[in-house]
Amino acid sequence: MSKQKVMMGNHALSYGAVVSKVNVISAYPITPQTQVVELLSELCSNGALDSEFIKVESEHSAMAACIGASAVGARTFTATSAQGLALMHEMLHWAVGARTPVVMGNINRSMGPPWTIWSEQTDSLSQRDTGWLQIYASSNQEVYDSVPIAFKIAEHKKVQLPVMVVLDAFFLSHTSENVMMMDLDKAETYLPKYKPKHKLDVNEPYTFGALTTPEWYYELRYKIQKAHENAISVIEEAQSEFKDMFGREYGLVEEYKTADADTILVAISTAASTAKDTVDELREKGVKAGLLRLRFVRPFPFKKVREVLSSAKKILVLDRNLSPGIGGIIFQEIKSAMYNESNKAPIYGFIAGLGGRDITTETIHNIFEEAEKQDPKNIIWMEVKA
Amino acid sequence: MPTIKELTRTGDLFTSGHRACAGCGGTIILRLLMANAGKNTVVGAATGCMEVVSTIYPYTSWDVNFVHNAFENSAATVSGIETAYRALKKKGKIKKDIKFIAYGGDGGTFDIGLQSLSGAVERGHNMLYLCYNNGAYMNTGIQRSSATPFGAHTTTSPAGSKIKGKMQQRKDLTEIMIAHDMKYVAQATPHNWSDLSNKINKALALNGPAFINVLSPCPLGWGSDPAQSIQIAKLAVETLYWPVYEYENGKYKINIKPKKPKDIEEFLFVQNRFKHLKNEKELIDKIRKHLNEKWNELLNKEKCTN
Repeated sequence: MSKQKVMMGNHALSYGAVVSKVNVISAYPITPQTQVVELLSELCSNGALDSEFIKVESEHSAMAACIGASAVGARTFTATSAQGLALMHEMLHWAVGARTPVVMGNINRSMGPPWTIWSEQTDSLSQRDTGWLQIYASSNQEVYDSVPIAFKIAEHKKVQLPVMVVLDAFFLSHTSENVMMMDLDKAETYLPKYKPKHKLDVNEPYTFGALTTPEWYYELRYKIQKAHENAISVIEEAQSEFKDMFGREYGLVEEYKTADADTILVAISTAASTAKDTVDELREKGVKAGLLRLRFVRPFPFKKVREVLSSAKKILVLDRNLSPGIGGIIFQEIKSAMYNESNKAPIYGFIAGLGGRDITTETIHNIFEEAEKQDPKNIIWMEVKA
Repeated sequence: MPTIKELTRTGDLFTSGHRACAGCGGTIILRLLMANAGKNTVVGAATGCMEVVSTIYPYTSWDVNFVHNAFENSAATVSGIETAYRALKKKGKIKKDIKFIAYGGDGGTFDIGLQSLSGAVERGHNMLYLCYNNGAYMNTGIQRSSATPFGAHTTTSPAGSKIKGKMQQRKDLTEIMIAHDMKYVAQATPHNWSDLSNKINKALALNGPAFINVLSPCPLGWGSDPAQSIQIAKLAVETLYWPVYEYENGKYKINIKPKKPKDIEEFLFVQNRFKHLKNEKELIDKIRKHLNEKWNELLNKEKCTN
């Protein structure tokens, strides 16, 4: 029987790396990620984790070292948040172009200034064009399980891309929940040792990171797009195998009471778990509400999203993020996914909870109510103080 | 220490066919570096001339494992590589002893890469960091760096009627690296191949970080005759512009002590980057004074530590 432990999200992320038997960790501390580097350091120090941990001098170097280690063929892990993620930005592109299957935890934190440490998704969503696959978790169990799943996807020969496992600051990172732990041997059966096709091997030298003219660069980009497209079926296989072995089921998206829903709310992360309560309450009142949570934002699960939203009469999108000048990021993505579809239901974009302000069941009730009054052409801001 | 005959027989691990300029000091340094390092080596490069001219896909001049991972982080990247090899060796997946080299130009080492270099050295990774120091951002078209000497004309410290080139002294990075309490730090030039070879071998024999700062003549950036690069490197040592010394286990050793140093003007005016100083006696005096002070300081350090 699996062991059950009560732990905060940051520890769930760390134990996810432990169960994945990572060879190299390279990370730099940042609030609210610090418990990740602390626990992993402790586990390395007392021998419970047989990994080499490079305590680098910046997040930029953290990702640079991860790329170097991954190129050697080591399974490589890091974690960061917000400002740290932004400092890594150049290397995030690099990890993708170099096709190094690094897995990174990112604790969603708002970007400064004004200086802040609380939750918001703009940090990781603004990295979506780097080419990293992105998983947004909504529970500590999901955080823990997502790490070995992420490695399995990242290292798959049809993908060979880095994966980010994203969790909300404080709502998950510092909140304790029950987590069912995996048996280490069973986890190794699920995630065998990493065997890269190309690696730094002195017996067969390669040049990595060469200068590439327009004659070649274009095709290499095409291959990255294809890898994202391939990732969809790889993810489905990886998660179905995970369910068979550990009994816990994950999809590209999570559907909650959407089958007969008239109004479907789309959200990511912990705001989506809060929204389940609101959906239940609305259902009790006879409102046919449903929830669609995107677990994967990259690759964007077009097919699933279109299927789930195909018969909705109203689509509401909740964004705890902001791309100034255009609005919520998930809102833009849902609109683009639905543009050529036959279902022309109106899509409403709501902004809430920026800078870690609570998104309560009441907030979500208000979102459903506002959708009755508002014009979908507007960006709808919830609970802005006068 | 291998003889030059032996070195010529180690095979070209940094091969011909690269696209460096005629008279480039950097490629001479790299060729010597690889002849000494041998086959079981991983090289990490910072963005710069040497990376750009040697790896134009699908061609490469590197017959060893080579990684380029941006500009400011060759030391951080090699930290990851070295650590991964260590992790995999512990698990028995890798058996060989492998040498790790990170290199960069002065831009990638003195400026944008200083933090990652300092971090890698403090963590004690087993790597030789070699800086081919041509004293400016040559790859982007000759812009000043913190290694650019006083008075030099570059495109961002142009010699004008009011400002006569770069008006700041260059950063003494070798001393900064010594301040990291490293076991081995050295300055060298390609004109003395045996001294440079010796230093490369000493550095690679260490089980820890080592740093070598190598003066790298750049005909394009210095405005010098490509046929004279090695001669100019020699003049740099003879005029005290570039002291050739090493710092080993806490002791300084000046490897080349010119019996009668030549005047700095002999070095300056074989290069167009200093030609605007010809009638600037005060500025030349300033350069001369600074170099003499640094030289005397070095002589004292040698005396004090031996």
